[in-house]
Amino acid sequence: MTAWEPVIGLEMHVELDTRTKMFCACEVTKGDAPNTHTCPRCLAHPGALPVVNQRAVEYAARIALALNCSVRPRNIFHRKNYFYPDLPKAYQISQYDEPLAVEGWFEYWVGDEKLRCRINRVHMEEDAAKLIHAGGDAGRIAGSDYSMVDFNRGGTPLIEIVSEPDIPSPEAARELLQQLRNLVIELGVSECNMEEGQIRWDANVSVRPKGSTELGTRTELKNMNSFRYLQQALDAEIPRQVEVLEAGGTIDLETLHFDPDTGTTTPLRSKEEAHDYRYFPEPDLVPLVIDPAWVEELRRAQPELPAARVERFTAQYGLSRADALVLGSAHALAAFYEEVVALGAGAKPAANWTMGEYLAHLNAAGLEAGHGHVTAERLAKLVKLVEDGTVSTSSGKDVFAKMIAERAEPEDIVDKYGLGQISDTSELAAIVAAIVAANPAQVEQYRGGKQQVIGFFVGQVMKASGGRANPQLVNELLRKALGT
Amino acid sequence: MTSLDPLRLTARVAKRLLVDGEISAAELAKVYLDQIAAVEPRVRAYIRVTYDNAAKYSTKVDREMQALRGPLAGLPIAIKDNMVTEGVITTCASRILRDYMPVYTATAVRQVWDDHVVMLGKTNLDEFAMGSSTENSAFQTTRNPWDLATVPGGSSGGSAAAVAAGEALWALGSDTGGSIRQPAALCGIVGMKPTYGAVSRYGLIAFASSLDQIGPLTRSVYDCALLLQHIVGHDHNDATSVALPEPVALPDAERLDGLRVGIPAEYLAAGIEPGVRARFDETLARVEELGGRCVEIGLPHTEYALPAYYIIAPAEASANLARFDGVRYGYRCADPVDLLDMYERTRGEGFGPEVKRRIMIGTYALSAGYYDAYYGRAQKVRTLVRRDFSRAFADVDLIASPTTPSVAFKAGSRTADPLSMYMCDICTIPVNLAGLPAISIPCGLSDGLPVGFQLIGPAFSENRILQAAHALEGAIGFAPAPTFRDSGAEADVAGAAAGVPLEVHE
Repeated sequence: MTAWEPVIGLEMHVELDTRTKMFCACEVTKGDAPNTHTCPRCLAHPGALPVVNQRAVEYAARIALALNCSVRPRNIFHRKNYFYPDLPKAYQISQYDEPLAVEGWFEYWVGDEKLRCRINRVHMEEDAAKLIHAGGDAGRIAGSDYSMVDFNRGGTPLIEIVSEPDIPSPEAARELLQQLRNLVIELGVSECNMEEGQIRWDANVSVRPKGSTELGTRTELKNMNSFRYLQQALDAEIPRQVEVLEAGGTIDLETLHFDPDTGTTTPLRSKEEAHDYRYFPEPDLVPLVIDPAWVEELRRAQPELPAARVERFTAQYGLSRADALVLGSAHALAAFYEEVVALGAGAKPAANWTMGEYLAHLNAAGLEAGHGHVTAERLAKLVKLVEDGTVSTSSGKDVFAKMIAERAEPEDIVDKYGLGQISDTSELAAIVAAIVAANPAQVEQYRGGKQQVIGFFVGQVMKASGGRANPQLVNELLRKALGT
Repeated sequence: MTSLDPLRLTARVAKRLLVDGEISAAELAKVYLDQIAAVEPRVRAYIRVTYDNAAKYSTKVDREMQALRGPLAGLPIAIKDNMVTEGVITTCASRILRDYMPVYTATAVRQVWDDHVVMLGKTNLDEFAMGSSTENSAFQTTRNPWDLATVPGGSSGGSAAAVAAGEALWALGSDTGGSIRQPAALCGIVGMKPTYGAVSRYGLIAFASSLDQIGPLTRSVYDCALLLQHIVGHDHNDATSVALPEPVALPDAERLDGLRVGIPAEYLAAGIEPGVRARFDETLARVEELGGRCVEIGLPHTEYALPAYYIIAPAEASANLARFDGVRYGYRCADPVDLLDMYERTRGEGFGPEVKRRIMIGTYALSAGYYDAYYGRAQKVRTLVRRDFSRAFADVDLIASPTTPSVAFKAGSRTADPLSMYMCDICTIPVNLAGLPAISIPCGLSDGLPVGFQLIGPAFSENRILQAAHALEGAIGFAPAPTFRDSGAEADVAGAAAGVPLEVHE
């Protein structure tokens, strides 16, 4: 029985958040009325010519630098020719054999393991318009009663990131994408909004006998924008290929569609997919000459990237790699955590509260880190209240829940509900004395050597104090009262 | 009002008459509109005469003459109908754009409008500027005012014929492989293709983007410089446009002392008619008389220029014309059953045969497996052609050749043979491949038809070319005007156009 291993490569498309489009001055917008941000250029009127958006080049170069690519000093645009109603010129201005940047890599973690994926290229292009098919077999152009085109999106700057086939598993593919998305967001060049399709990708996958260095024939899974579907699609496609090969068959180089409802991959039959794009250099644009000094300027101005931040979190805050990954990978959560620490909370308890209660709250409420009523100030105050023993950890969780419900400061909640921890020795000593007096049988047991009975007493004291007794103090007082 | 002969009036003189108040802009416009009324039914230079526009703007110039005393104010112009004009239908002589109303105006046109030039109308051309006789127009064939049985050349045949016939004071055309110089030569006027990038292409409906260039068609070299002054300049709307290193100067040279003029042997080998050759040789004698020196030079890759051009230009055209798909504007076929049907019939019905031929050639040349053999090699030839010129210009200041191998030919005589039509541009095409400036000036008649003399210069040598052409123009003293005779060799003068009829005048 041969053991098989998958080989996965990704092509990612990211829409850039520039103010204007790639080749014209129309605003890049979301959700505006259809065809309100158009001009002769992005509608491909006769005689209109493209003009390159300098900011888009800058954004693309910054992504390329973050992926350790070399930005090429001279690169050119090509025309990629095909007819479709969402492509008004009937060619997309893209890049071909002289792209913006080449030969980089991206490091990402899968669990505790750091993997490296080589990046083949990063290039610039323009997005297509949006098609809406109505009536009939709606959702596809063939069979619908009519189709409408919204050119607002047409011409939005788009970059394509092409990886080498270095990804060893569906899980790794998913991790890579998520971490790469975090990287792009960190750079501030795209929000990478998934619902709006600001980031989407194709995956190509092949299988080969484990240990082999040759690549098998690949299939392509096109145009996905959900991490979950990506993994599901690969989880379906890899066993299919293994099955075909083990039965003595061959894999066809083809484009597949993943149906999340059935969990299967099927070939795209569409004739329109069989393209000869007839690439040739875009004669309306001169070669883009990029000054290496400008690239160095961009490199110097790059923000701290997630990978570096994770490293820093382990060193600076003494966090484990796993905790640093959770807290340091995404910009918003990392910033929130660092603010909590900066406001005086201990690094380790702040990490526990941020990853525990806070993250659970964000997920439950569907919030981005930094949004909602639990501000960094409030969480920092709460962590400090727990740290200095004003409230117990269990009461602290109660305070957290009430901060959300009542939109109030933690100290006010502690006051209002009397959740402050009892650390007054005389007050606690009285309770301890009463409990010891009321349970002579257990006292006998304890004194007879059954040390674990101490737990029973602690429980009784906590119950009598409404959960507010300082557990450490209770332990001390009990041992004293019980005579050890 | 002075009696004016539209067949001889230059912009230089008209401007002086306007400024001196001897004629009003409205009267000047009327001179041309009257001539249009008289000869247009025979010449058919215009696809659309913009009577209202001419009246409105010439009156405005008169009313506000003090405020509008721009250097070109009130001088009537004809515009080739492949430059978009907001509010005036622009057809590119194609059925596919028959009713297309532009939403913006080409930069070059905007520049002359801003100078208060009065637009008389939009002139005929070969569909999408693809042709050398203006017979590929979907709407009408324009005739040469020197002999109505012959073609005016092309593709700017409408602009050239309009100026030659006195239907316009001057005109704008576009030149991809000779489309200004060749019709200027055949119609006995001046036509100039500037350095690639000197004039913005924004709003010029693209044929072959890396070759297209807008330029003037005029009755004199001085007028050519005057119009050129107002259309050059960097335009942020056209990434390939550049500012000229020095402003265009109005020429005044009368001598050519010390000027070295190269004569490429390869151009004279290419089947030049004896009459054309005779006028050319006489003009070279004028060059020497004026103090210039003619030397034979070699441009060894000339024979490959035409085949390379007929790969590169159709390849670019195949992409440039892909936008005419029936989706957003222009012609759409009736009742398409699905998307593919709409594409196929819209384009099948909307484009004429020469346009389809070039789209097919270009698509083929760019196809997977053929790119290197065709487009890739053509680009290498282009580099060699460019190198030929730069080597030559190390030794000479300008290069001279006949503009065309023959004088105007009979309408219909070459339409069945595309190759013989392509040969019209054998002397002009290398210039476009190299992106150089060149001018054609009339240098005499052969069999009663005008012969063109071409001067080619290095990139951005417009002033050198204009000065030399001005001196030569004076020495040649080309004086005759077209006679509108009809040698009548063609049985059916009007019926050669294969397109649909169009209402010519609105």
